[in-house]
Amino acid sequence: MSDRFTITVDGREIPAAPGQTILAAAQASGIYIPRLCHMDGIEPVGACRVCTVRANGRVVAACTQPATASMVVQSQTDELVSWRRQLVEMLFVEGNHFCMFCEKSGSCELQGLAYRLGIAAPRYESIWPRREVDASHPDIILDRNRCILCGRCERTSRDLDGKHVFGFVGRGIHKRLAVNARARLADTGADVTDLAIGACPVGAILRKNRAYRTPVGDRPFDREPIGAPVETRAELTINGGPAS
Amino acid sequence: MVSPQGKRRIEISPVTRVEGHGKVTIHLDEDNRVTQARLHIVEFRGFERFIQGRPFWEMPVAVQRLCGICPVSHHLCAAKAVDHIVGGENLTPTAEKMRRLMHYGQMFQSHSLHFFHLASPDLLFGFDADPATRNVVGIIRSNKPLAYQAIMMRKFGQEVIRATAGKKIHGTGAIPGGINKNLSVAERDALLAELETMKKWSREAVELARRYTLDNLEEVGRFASFDSSYMSIIRSDGAMDLYNGGLRAIDRDGKTIFDHVPNERYLDYIAEGVRDWSYMKFPFFTSIGEEDGWYRVGPLARVNACDFIDTPGAEAARKEFKSLTGGKPNHMTMAYHWARMIEVLHSIEAIEKLLADPDLQGTDLVASGPRRREGVGIIEAPRGTLFHHYRVGDDDLVTMCNLIVSTTSNNEAMNRSVRRVAEDCLSGAAEITEGMLNRIEVAIRAYDPCLSCATHALGRMPLIAELVSADGRVIDRKVKES
Repeated sequence: MSDRFTITVDGREIPAAPGQTILAAAQASGIYIPRLCHMDGIEPVGACRVCTVRANGRVVAACTQPATASMVVQSQTDELVSWRRQLVEMLFVEGNHFCMFCEKSGSCELQGLAYRLGIAAPRYESIWPRREVDASHPDIILDRNRCILCGRCERTSRDLDGKHVFGFVGRGIHKRLAVNARARLADTGADVTDLAIGACPVGAILRKNRAYRTPVGDRPFDREPIGAPVETRAELTINGGPAS
Repeated sequence: MVSPQGKRRIEISPVTRVEGHGKVTIHLDEDNRVTQARLHIVEFRGFERFIQGRPFWEMPVAVQRLCGICPVSHHLCAAKAVDHIVGGENLTPTAEKMRRLMHYGQMFQSHSLHFFHLASPDLLFGFDADPATRNVVGIIRSNKPLAYQAIMMRKFGQEVIRATAGKKIHGTGAIPGGINKNLSVAERDALLAELETMKKWSREAVELARRYTLDNLEEVGRFASFDSSYMSIIRSDGAMDLYNGGLRAIDRDGKTIFDHVPNERYLDYIAEGVRDWSYMKFPFFTSIGEEDGWYRVGPLARVNACDFIDTPGAEAARKEFKSLTGGKPNHMTMAYHWARMIEVLHSIEAIEKLLADPDLQGTDLVASGPRRREGVGIIEAPRGTLFHHYRVGDDDLVTMCNLIVSTTSNNEAMNRSVRRVAEDCLSGAAEITEGMLNRIEVAIRAYDPCLSCATHALGRMPLIAELVSADGRVIDRKVKES
């Protein structure tokens, strides 16, 4: 253990190990750095940039940047919180998000982050893109209106399920979630028990016929804000959400 | 405003102290005689179209967004429809009783809101009272106990909804084939603590509405009134049932037009006409035809149509109500208020019965059966019979939606009431007073229309009435902010 070292996050000195990312080291010490595209157990890619921090003054993604000895990390500064808020707001207006009737409401990480970041109303104009719903699979529904292109489903399907059900096509604003078939999810090897189905942080990939089973008030983020489990009982954490 | 024929036109836009946005136009000839009077629903919402392509289980939560006053009615009606899709229409006792409790809570709060907050200023202060005091603030100033009672009754209903649906507005309690929670003992006891007070106030509300009707019988009997048919759902034994039952229609003499019609066959009995001046349709009984087949729904229709009410206080009140017209249907439009308060009493008595039932603490919440591609739900919303009809593809996405909201069924009747009042009060008058225009609104308010359900308004709702001479000159203009 002689190769362990310390870093400071927002002035607090915490332990870290070689190869450990800033986000993982912070999380292990009960410091929550917001994130959407990162999920414990899969390779981080730094796609959403919500975990952006300053490390020794440089702007980096905390989920991919390895910690180094004596690194000075800033996370909860006005500047960084403002950037995170803008990133989350842009995700909202880029898709078609209707929290008021979405079955993921109360357990959606995008919604949870919006509440945590104090986003009361959008400041950007909604794009209202035309997105497709693929309900062809008997047990799974794919609603691209809510997809934030985080890629968690793609990586989980590939790395944990060993299936390659999901991927992306198009570029820039036209990028969208695709499935490994000519057109429909039903024609892929997707199964309702796949870990990829539960990897979606929003309501884009859902198991059918389970909507609204948890009463309002008992949903994960009704009970405590996103990130609270990291901050209050780090050992139980599953990706910043309550252990469920 | 001058029409091509040189007639004069009065516009009341929007109509105030109703839910949603509508306007009234009245056309006068050169002798100030009314030639046309209409209630227009001028907004368009399009729920039936834009929920196509969405999964059916979203319907109870998505479509209830039609309204912020009676979302529970849409929530439950859509749930009843999608129960059929999952083959779960035979609910578990806990699910059915939780839904009924939610529904009675909704009826209680909505009726209380309408009677005390919206309608009572007209009844207590008079149609011609100063509009500066003829409103809910005036009620608060002049009768604090009544205003407090109004607020607490609405609050109680909303607490029932929160305990059953998860939150007071736009909850998620009803799911396809059942309910997502039971009633905890703590929730039950919190409601029981208020129950006796609510029952007492409900009885007093019935008495207030009864006394108003009898003390003003000559005017109530005439005002905005006309003979009509009535429709509601009804329990198999003829009892009033606000949650479930077959369709019953009676004619102006109380004779049966149809009875115990299964919900899924409603289209064999009811069709909807359209007019080019309103976004709201005009439903009618197909057996009679579009011209004469219109009907009324809501509290007056339900009390007229049922054989009895299965709770004691409300049944006694119903008998007294029916005795006024010798057992025949009561056609007085203003008697809607009395009937509405009888339903408030029925709702609180039904809530009392349910709270004593241990099934509410049961844990068997969801039923299922053979999958179907179509479902019809019918419920008695506070304002009348509400229909939700969905067709679903094999992929679970909605392909067709048909909604007939309560206010739509009352469309023709509200227009007739407007015309009747315009003819009685405005025709031939040299000057149009605010009180005269308020009478038009009083007639509309009696139906407690929820224009939000067919339309939706945002922001401020000023009432603007203009009197324009035949040469196009504005000779009188009144603006009331609300």
